[in-house]
Amino acid sequence: MGAELGIYKSCVSARSTDKEILKFAQDGGIVSSLFAYALDAGIIDGAIVAANKEFAAKYPAKCIQDSSNFDMIEPFRPIPAIVNTKAELLAAAGTKYNISPNIALLKEATRSFGLDKIGIVGTPCQMQAVRKAQLYPVGMRDVGASIALAVGIFCMENFPYQGILQLVEDHAAMKMESVKKMEIGKGKFWVYGKRGQVVQLPLKVTHKYEQPGCHVCLDYVANLGDISTGSVGSPDGWSTVFVRSKIGDSVWAKAMAAGCFETQPIEKVKPGLELVTKLANEKISKNKKTLEGRATFGVGKALRNPYI
Amino acid sequence: MADKITVGYTHLSGCTGCTVALADNYAGLLTLLDKYVDLKYMPTLADARHIQKVDVSFVEGSVCINDKLAVEEIKETREKSAVVVALGGCACYGNITRFSRGGQQNQPGHEAYLPIGDLIKVDVFIPGCAPTPQLIRNVAVMAYLLLKGTKEQKDLATAFLKPLMAAAAEGNSACFCDLMTKVINQGLCMGCGSCAAACPVNAITMEYGKPQGERDLCIKCGACYHQCPRSWFSFDVVSNYEAINEAIMAALQ
Repeated sequence: MGAELGIYKSCVSARSTDKEILKFAQDGGIVSSLFAYALDAGIIDGAIVAANKEFAAKYPAKCIQDSSNFDMIEPFRPIPAIVNTKAELLAAAGTKYNISPNIALLKEATRSFGLDKIGIVGTPCQMQAVRKAQLYPVGMRDVGASIALAVGIFCMENFPYQGILQLVEDHAAMKMESVKKMEIGKGKFWVYGKRGQVVQLPLKVTHKYEQPGCHVCLDYVANLGDISTGSVGSPDGWSTVFVRSKIGDSVWAKAMAAGCFETQPIEKVKPGLELVTKLANEKISKNKKTLEGRATFGVGKALRNPYI
Repeated sequence: MADKITVGYTHLSGCTGCTVALADNYAGLLTLLDKYVDLKYMPTLADARHIQKVDVSFVEGSVCINDKLAVEEIKETREKSAVVVALGGCACYGNITRFSRGGQQNQPGHEAYLPIGDLIKVDVFIPGCAPTPQLIRNVAVMAYLLLKGTKEQKDLATAFLKPLMAAAAEGNSACFCDLMTKVINQGLCMGCGSCAAACPVNAITMEYGKPQGERDLCIKCGACYHQCPRSWFSFDVVSNYEAINEAIMAALQ
């Protein structure tokens, strides 16, 4: 294929040098460190991130203002929120494994939150949404030019909240409240409990809980982020980082100069880009098949193909 | 002057919000008028108001079919323009005028309003209420490149405008329900939240990863569906976002 990793200017394996961030981070603390640096350096004046129940209790005014009753929100249900400080950033860190509608805050970030330079983190499909919003801003007045840093995260698929609930409570037999962290790695879905217990589920079990909308996605490594990152390809505790756009290149160079990250050449680490490429190709070819299947789904009737 | 494209602006039953959105390009609008566009007629922003022969005409507002003048104007617009662009929710989809049932001052008999595509063939849609200054700007620059650009620029403009032309060919009604029927029902929604951000009346919230629409609030502008990355998405165009953004900004310098 060849295009599975998207266009990038550089790729490294990296880890935050900030011990505090690493304590809260899913892997190498890349997103948190980038945003913390960008906030500090004035590159962004706020970032849209996926926060959670605890964050909402502490910073209710920073969360998306919709009809949600934050008291009723379950553990690990993501809440799009704006963070303006490192403390807020850390309170929101970590992967939630179900989709956070971060783009829903993109316009409001420039309105009641008053941001002129927005940082946003999201999945590959959300990076597509960001770029579509810049080129075709149908309902995104005065938003595109305010996006100062878009960080994409690798994504094989996502889960609806109820899918995660069933995996954790029914399959892993743990209460959502007692979960400290979830993780997908080494071919398994891992649930870490607050008391130290660990449950692993084979990925095969998780497939039926994936969101159907993910099965037409042709992007694994967030090709349209300014910078994209994920754990795959790097050793434990490290993340693989692709620097893609001019903005990404400039922010990454400044963050490196400020000593935010330690890096290793991606060629030198195991499992390296080979695994990223393999998984990207697996996702893309599987989902291309889904798209082909959709074209002949009925009798002389196709399901809609969003790609033109 | 010779290199400019000629543009007209027909104003039917619309609130002038689209005109304001166009004007909200500020200096960008002046550059457009300076370098690329010869504005032949436009109520509000130009002296000449009567429809003339032009390359591209923008139409704001829906057509009141009880108003003879409006019907004549939309037909004349079609006859005299090479390209007709429906600007904004009312021209594309009827938008808020869909809710009209007549009886308003000072023309109580004006009760039936149609999107312009119900009366004439429309080439390009710019949906949204109001349409954004940036999308109007992007379409204007692309329309210029399509008519006056090099082969390469023409190809880019064609690719850029393709989904907006497809929208014009697809139909003349819009609703929050498009997200249900064409995205969620089709198994395509992944819960990014674009629709909720795009909605001008905050009728959409994201509940458990999917849009939930307050259908009584929906004004039928089409912004949510067209902002959705799973309504239509062109890898050729969007993957090239950096170069296209730069080209548009450079054109407006």
